[in-house]
Amino acid sequence: MTKTLLRLQDVTKRFERGKPVLDELNLDVNEGDFISIIGPSGCGKSTLLRLVAGLSPLSGGSVDFSDGEAMRDRMVFIFQDATLLPWLTVRRNVELPLSLKGVSQAERRATAEKALKQVKLGAVGGHYPRQLSGGMKMRVSLARGLVQQPSLMLMDEPFGALDAMTRNQLNAELLRLRQASRFTTLFVTHSVGEAVFLSNRVLVLSSHPGRVEREFAIPFDYPRKAALRESPDFQGLTSEVMRALSQTIQVA
Amino acid sequence: MNRHLNWMLPLITGIVILGAWWLVTAVWADELIYFPGPGATFKAVWTERALLLPATWKTLWMAALGFGAAVAGGGFLAVLLASAKPVRLSLYPWVLVFQMVPVIILIPILQIWYSYDATKTIVSMTFVISFFPIVANTTMGLTSTDRGMLELFRSWRAAGWQTFLFLRAPYALPYFLTGLRIAAVLAPLGVITGDMLAGTSAGTSGLGFLLLNYRSEFRPDAVFAVALISAVLGFLFTAAVHWLSWLLLHRWHDSRSGE
Repeated sequence: MTKTLLRLQDVTKRFERGKPVLDELNLDVNEGDFISIIGPSGCGKSTLLRLVAGLSPLSGGSVDFSDGEAMRDRMVFIFQDATLLPWLTVRRNVELPLSLKGVSQAERRATAEKALKQVKLGAVGGHYPRQLSGGMKMRVSLARGLVQQPSLMLMDEPFGALDAMTRNQLNAELLRLRQASRFTTLFVTHSVGEAVFLSNRVLVLSSHPGRVEREFAIPFDYPRKAALRESPDFQGLTSEVMRALSQTIQVA
Repeated sequence: MNRHLNWMLPLITGIVILGAWWLVTAVWADELIYFPGPGATFKAVWTERALLLPATWKTLWMAALGFGAAVAGGGFLAVLLASAKPVRLSLYPWVLVFQMVPVIILIPILQIWYSYDATKTIVSMTFVISFFPIVANTTMGLTSTDRGMLELFRSWRAAGWQTFLFLRAPYALPYFLTGLRIAAVLAPLGVITGDMLAGTSAGTSGLGFLLLNYRSEFRPDAVFAVALISAVLGFLFTAAVHWLSWLLLHRWHDSRSGE
């Protein structure tokens, strides 16, 4: 029996006076889930992540973690921008969340080196962010997430600004990291292909009001290989999700 | 080749200007009796060294003191302005206004307050003139922290002091250094003009007073000598701050990378 990690009940978010962005949204996130959230722009996908992260207050409903509030320390938010601090070297950037928690220098150095190796950036620890490409910066951002030993990764279009090649590469990397570190993921994206490739569940959100319009179970086994993208099953499922998405856009 | 042009061309221009100065003053030596050439100027630097040297030290010392106090005080006020919004809203516009005031008007007031103590007057004036660009730029830097980075720190649930120490302060560093570079131009200017207005005697004052002293003695060569020393002093003072700024920024900050 899979354990529920996170339960969203009647989650509602309203900005100022207008109509609610999210309206009584319900979702159970199970341990080990990789859930992608897609939907028309303005449907509140990012807002949903920010509510879970506690970066934005709820207007109604509840977000409950199975392990209580202790979970919040094991939750990592990955932003669309790598948001690396330009004045710190790559290594110090990765160490930063541990520094804030008062981890000893020797320990955080070791943890950071390990995480950088995991994202295949073992050699650039001494570089400054401006010396890195967009894809490398995002890898550093992932490494900075990994050192916090996340049990829940909240990823807000992390690869949205990258070119298709780099993006596919990072998709594969992310699955590999997940396989090794066993975190649960909520992943917001605009790319249906990316969503289907990564996830075991894909949620299509509608806009106004923002709710879970449809949910797709993605049956492919992990670990997934890049070749999966070429299989007829994958492409069939992708088209199906795409159709569901365009329907919500037409209705909206 | 191009790399060498970067320092060779300005050097050549410098030599050309020096040569032109020498040539003009040598050819028309009889006509330009109040326009000393480089030879006469350098000679005056040497012969007047007994007055020039202490005046140079005094000027440098006063500039450093006023500037240093402005860095400390300006940095402190900027942190205060950045951390309390009501304070910022009430004071920041006035900081901008005072930046535009010709603060030299303070000299007579300060003279009265300090019973005509030249050093105190000049250092205070230099403090004020250097203070405002530092406050204005640092406050700007501390309040314009990247939103994404602030979100990141919020997602880590960092304490307020951690966000300040690890994010807002380093983010403001280039702004602070811009303030410093502006102030570094103003500080020697402030000391020299202040000295012209408030200096009291050739033995104890700085270069500004010495300029006036030689003017009244009608010694153009010595006036030129003081002007030359003042120019070099101002240049070195500013260059030192630029160098410090480069040292702190060049590895990570784009604006300082190509210099």
